[in-house]
Amino acid sequence: MKRVPLYAAALGFIVFAGFPFYWMFITAFKQNRDLYVGAFDTRHVPWIFNDPPTLEHVRLLFGQTDFLRWVANTLLVIVAVVIITVALAVPAGYSLARLVGRWGGRLGMGIFFTYLIPPTLLFIPFSRVIALLGLQNSLGALILVYPTITVPFCTWLVMGFVRSVPWDIEEQAMIDGYSRLAVIIRIAPRLILPGILTVVVFTFTLVMQEFVYALTFISSVDRMTVSLGVPIALVRGDVYHWGSLMAAALFTSIPLAILYNLFIDRFIQGFTMGAVKG
Amino acid sequence: MSETSAGVEIRQLHKRFKGGDHDAVDGVDLSIRDGELLVLLGPSGCGKTTLLRMIAGLEHPSAGEIYIAGRRVDQDVPPRARGIAMVFQSYALYPHRTVSGNIAFPLEAAHLPRAVIAEKVRWAAELFGIAGYLDRYPRQLSGGERQRVALCRAVVRDPQVFLLDEPLANLDAKLRNTARDELKRFQRQIKRTTVYVTHDQVEAMGLGDRIAVMDRGKVRQVGTPHEVYEDPVDTFVATFLGQPPMNLVEQPGGGGRTLLGFRPEHLLPSDHFGDREPLHPIPLIVRRVEYLGSDRYVYGTVEFAPDATVIAKLPANIGRAIPEEEGGRLDFAVPERALCHFDAQTGARVRR
Ligand SMILES: Nc1ncnc2c1ncn2[C@@H]1O[C@H](COP(=O)(O)OP(=O)(O)OP(=O)(O)O)[C@@H](O)[C@H]1O
Ligand SMILES: [Mg+2]
Repeated sequence: MKRVPLYAAALGFIVFAGFPFYWMFITAFKQNRDLYVGAFDTRHVPWIFNDPPTLEHVRLLFGQTDFLRWVANTLLVIVAVVIITVALAVPAGYSLARLVGRWGGRLGMGIFFTYLIPPTLLFIPFSRVIALLGLQNSLGALILVYPTITVPFCTWLVMGFVRSVPWDIEEQAMIDGYSRLAVIIRIAPRLILPGILTVVVFTFTLVMQEFVYALTFISSVDRMTVSLGVPIALVRGDVYHWGSLMAAALFTSIPLAILYNLFIDRFIQGFTMGAVKG
Repeated sequence: MSETSAGVEIRQLHKRFKGGDHDAVDGVDLSIRDGELLVLLGPSGCGKTTLLRMIAGLEHPSAGEIYIAGRRVDQDVPPRARGIAMVFQSYALYPHRTVSGNIAFPLEAAHLPRAVIAEKVRWAAELFGIAGYLDRYPRQLSGGERQRVALCRAVVRDPQVFLLDEPLANLDAKLRNTARDELKRFQRQIKRTTVYVTHDQVEAMGLGDRIAVMDRGKVRQVGTPHEVYEDPVDTFVATFLGQPPMNLVEQPGGGGRTLLGFRPEHLLPSDHFGDREPLHPIPLIVRRVEYLGSDRYVYGTVEFAPDATVIAKLPANIGRAIPEEEGGRLDFAVPERALCHFDAQTGARVRR
């Protein structure tokens, strides 16, 4: 009985978190008449299907836009940026936490500050660099620019994470037969795996939702990412194709939600492992 | 597999950490004999862990030499090649490996054949009574069980020297007693040189073949538990060992240059001693009596040094009739042979 408030609170959060998904869902499958009639008819109930559902918006999204192309582009950029970020940020964060003396922390802070410079300030100089490299209007531009956001932040993130993993275990491995280098290559990654997964999730999220740089560097429709292509193609002047917009949001967010939930289990496992007496 | 064990020789070892203003280890000379269990004992921050980590090769000495089995190791022998096994205070188990995976870890690192590894793991697990837990993860074990896993992992390496850093510190008092007993028995059995760090004097006295008492980076005294307890070289060792510690009072008529030291258990009613025993009378003015079951502690002062608190530890069967009220004067004495004299300035023992 004491748990009633707890469940009530949990229910509240579920509704709060689930409502956008529900709204996306019914909007994506509602007929236009059902969507817009509320403006004239005050007795219209907006959160149910008043007319039978339709696939019209989905058909528009897949048939008349390059949605699948954008998804493929986005995945390509994500894979490339995740690889670059993990390859740079994990070793950097590890060494800042473990190998550098008192300067490690300050250097880490310095790197973190570069993350705080907003893209709106940086995109002009970046566009010069991109032009110089001949990467205008190509995914290469995004693959080059996104790590400038992810690497500093993730370096800092990994640094914090490595600090929280006791060094004892790595020293033990050095006594048990590994060299320092072998420990770094073979032992440490497993110990900081939850940190690495966090980096992947962060990078993933950033690339999925980034808009400013994509808008600056990409002009051809077939080279756009989802976050750019969808609003460009489905907001025509002041006409919002709400049904198709929501369908696009639905089809990108549901795989993401599933993916994150898979990861979250690993995080929790990672953080509660009984590595040392605690 | 080494047939014989080997000693550790430490010469003029110094360690100053970067940015530190004093040496954490300050000129230690120590010779740890083949097969003995040497306890490094000292208060928190005296440099025990630092000394142990330098032997292990996890910390580079600022100066000095370390020899293991006659081979100089401090310059360029990495930890994995020193023939040592170490148990950290935290146990440092690999969280994502099972108990058997943890114990097998150093053997896998040495690329031993699988069958040999499995056999050794079973042998060690049975030795420490954790054979039933081999498939569990460290997070599913109690502190005592984790400690045994860490010890197993150390013994399967068959090292020349064991280095143990407060391995029992995380256990509760009861478990600590049994674990201590097991450890001692085990060490007797395999007869490997062992360096054992603790700040717990009871542990040190109970375990050590010899004890090295450390203070502020220096080794003050090395000796058997009996020697360091009965025959301390200075006031630090005298007061660090013993519960309650040795009483120190100014010697009457010594001009304040000499301190008189005697253990609480030697301060007894004069009539308790035999007639032939040469006695040093210490008349005690009672302040408080503490009843502790098997013992009573009498807290008081002496006339010739009224500032110092003096404690007498009376076994339950002695002096049952002594008056316990405050201010009462007791006719106590210490046998001459149990008296120590110290220089009041330097704290060093003055022998006569
Ligand atoms: N990595 C380090 N950097 C700087 N100073 C250190 C470092 N490690 C230890 N010290 C200092 O060296 C001194 C000795 O430390 P050490 O850990 O050897 O003490 P200890 O005898 O093991 O103490 P405890 O019983 O508390 O474990 C302390 O003053 C400590 O602050
Ligand atoms: Mg210590």
